[in-house]
Amino acid sequence: MVQLLLTSYSKSLDFFIISNIILVMKKIGRILEGYGDDAHNIIQILQDIQTDYNYLPKDVLDFVSKKLHLPLSKIYSIATFYNAFSLNPRGKHLITVCMGTACHVRGAPTILSEFERRLEIKSKETTKDMRYTLETVNCLGCCAIGPIVVCDGKYHGEFKMKDVSKILEGGDKKPHSH
Amino acid sequence: MKKLITTVKPTLVISAGTCGLARGADEIIKAAKDYQREKKIKKEFDIKITGCHGLCEAEPNVLVILNGKKIFYPKLKPENVGTIIERTVLKGVAVEELLYAEPVTKKGYLEIENIPFYQKQRRLLLGNNLFIDPKNILDYIALGGYTALMKALKEYKPAEIIEIVKESGLRGRGGAGFLTGNKWELCRNSISDIKYIICNADEGDPGAYMDRSLLEGNPHSVLEGMIIGGYAIGAQEGVIYVRNEYPLAVENVGIAITQAYKKGFLGEKILNSDFRFNIRVVRGAGAFVCGEETALMASVEGKAGRPRPRPPYPVEHGLWGKPTNINNVETWANVPLIINNGADWFENIGTKTSKGTKIFSLVGKIRNTGLVEVPMGITLKEIIYDVGGGIPNDRRFKAVQTGGPSGGCIPKEYLNLPIDYESLTQVGSMMGSGGMIVMDEDTCMVDVARYFLNFTQEESCGKCPPCRMGTKQMVQILNRITQGEGKDGDIELLEDIGKNVRLASLCGLGQTAPNPVLTTIKYFRDEYIGHIKERLCPALVCKSLISYYIDPKLCGGCVVCAKNCPTNAISGEPKKVYVIDQGKCIKCGICITVCPEKFNAVRKVSPAIK
Repeated sequence: MVQLLLTSYSKSLDFFIISNIILVMKKIGRILEGYGDDAHNIIQILQDIQTDYNYLPKDVLDFVSKKLHLPLSKIYSIATFYNAFSLNPRGKHLITVCMGTACHVRGAPTILSEFERRLEIKSKETTKDMRYTLETVNCLGCCAIGPIVVCDGKYHGEFKMKDVSKILEGGDKKPHSH
Repeated sequence: MKKLITTVKPTLVISAGTCGLARGADEIIKAAKDYQREKKIKKEFDIKITGCHGLCEAEPNVLVILNGKKIFYPKLKPENVGTIIERTVLKGVAVEELLYAEPVTKKGYLEIENIPFYQKQRRLLLGNNLFIDPKNILDYIALGGYTALMKALKEYKPAEIIEIVKESGLRGRGGAGFLTGNKWELCRNSISDIKYIICNADEGDPGAYMDRSLLEGNPHSVLEGMIIGGYAIGAQEGVIYVRNEYPLAVENVGIAITQAYKKGFLGEKILNSDFRFNIRVVRGAGAFVCGEETALMASVEGKAGRPRPRPPYPVEHGLWGKPTNINNVETWANVPLIINNGADWFENIGTKTSKGTKIFSLVGKIRNTGLVEVPMGITLKEIIYDVGGGIPNDRRFKAVQTGGPSGGCIPKEYLNLPIDYESLTQVGSMMGSGGMIVMDEDTCMVDVARYFLNFTQEESCGKCPPCRMGTKQMVQILNRITQGEGKDGDIELLEDIGKNVRLASLCGLGQTAPNPVLTTIKYFRDEYIGHIKERLCPALVCKSLISYYIDPKLCGGCVVCAKNCPTNAISGEPKKVYVIDQGKCIKCGICITVCPEKFNAVRKVSPAIK
């Protein structure tokens, strides 16, 4: 099994890397087992990997492809089709602005542009210091309390322009409960 | 206030759906549990954590169920919890200052049923959310849950169940409104050893969240409907395809499935019959098009969710090529009610062509935002004014958007329209999954059309050119119009492309995508003309067509706007009038939000100041 992954690491093999690879393989192996090593469950598998890693690392996708006998191109076709997946590492904090209709009519676009302006990135991008990733979502179904911003899994309803500062300044200080 | 005598143990019900949690229901739960522990009063009353109670505006809220009365406390803070437990739960006295007060009349209400929001509703599907801890199957069973399944398995042959569902007149709640019984019959008559059932919980329409609420608050009603459907159709396996953006729904439905297996409602030999049925959950991954049934099945099979032409329909050639019956969450939840109460009972609710109740999510510029369940045939006016309490902040009603990105905007001329599948289609909109977004005079109809088209264009899977390219062209034209670069002939061009996209697209997404544009052009053509000819946005929304301006007569010279302006576009001296440099202004609108209420000096104007 180790052989599978070692090929991509042939350049500098030291003990640390090998032990790390084994750890990764065990972890991913467990996820795959949970879905009966069945390639039809690839979307669910990728979701679990993304939950663990925050994105879909290339080496891990390589491993999944070999283990499930599923062409890497197929995996990439899924990973790029669905909005939920990211092929790039995401920042320490994930800020998601809901762009559903109810949030839209209550001013979500101006909130998004304020985040974009303050972070100097566009939606779906990550700040250079890897602290923040900014994303949008189509609707979270909490339309009553829109506009909504989710920061690291915590929902902030009735979001106001001035709350942007609170989120950004509180970013590293406050532990996030959810 | 008269003391309410306690005979059974009182219950403190805490509403904790996603909306409730976002507004701090978790802190209410913690406060209640802490209080109970600290005062050592665990035996005196129960705490029940439930899904959403419908009036989302009042979150976080609790109910005290005492002696058959349901006393409602809205918009709570954790520090109120102790008072409510002390006075209402233990002593049976209402805490008057915390009771619900109607926002307009300020009239107070003790019991939840008497609140105007609930008056014209008929909460057949959502009503039980008040009493059910979704993580505990016993709550559902205690309310008569799974008796419909027992009845179905013991008293009816599968074909008889299909007859009952056909007679009831139940139609699909996901959008198109196909007769459920007929669909089941087609699937039953398809010859195959294996058949599937799918519950479509890929509730992608922005502004619609009734399926989330059902799965979060009463997941067993959906499971029971699916199991009965499986028995009627002859299927052995069911799949619930649910949006991953609904983590609590995924969690609760997963727990419900495990508990249903343990109780013998799922698995082999269900309730000692020969019927076996399994259900599993498949999570979506953020693609709107997967709500379309053929795309959904592709996604379940682990492929990119792209639709395919129909026929063959899923009832003949569905998941893994086998006959598959797909219904929406709300449709499945109706099934146990119909089996328990009979087709005649259901058939008596609603209009000639549309039977039963429908859940709408009433959102946008409306006082009582929430989930409303009303009998079909109720008018838009009753929903918006009687249930919804009208438009807040003294604004006037402009339009209501129904049916999500596939629907249309309905103007005030049609407020007396009785709602059913046919009437909504007649005015150019559709039932869809039941999103109802109310818009006031501050909503720009061109911007709304652009918003929806932009949405469908981004979510178009790209397979068929009319949808892929047609929506793109339409978005570009709408972008130009909202940016003040509209041209003569743009409106006609939009209509022309829209009609072609509608006719030529492969699936429902493309076929309905032009609806928001075509209906806004039909009912609000003047607004389009204003944007194009006079560069005027009457709702003051389109950034390129407006300017911010400080009224010199009102400005108090307090410096707040200048301090907060991100581009230093505002200048002046303290105690004197401040002025916005239009060249520097990025129209972020911060000045208008920070200007103190006593001055209220910042104005938006259109057309933009040159």
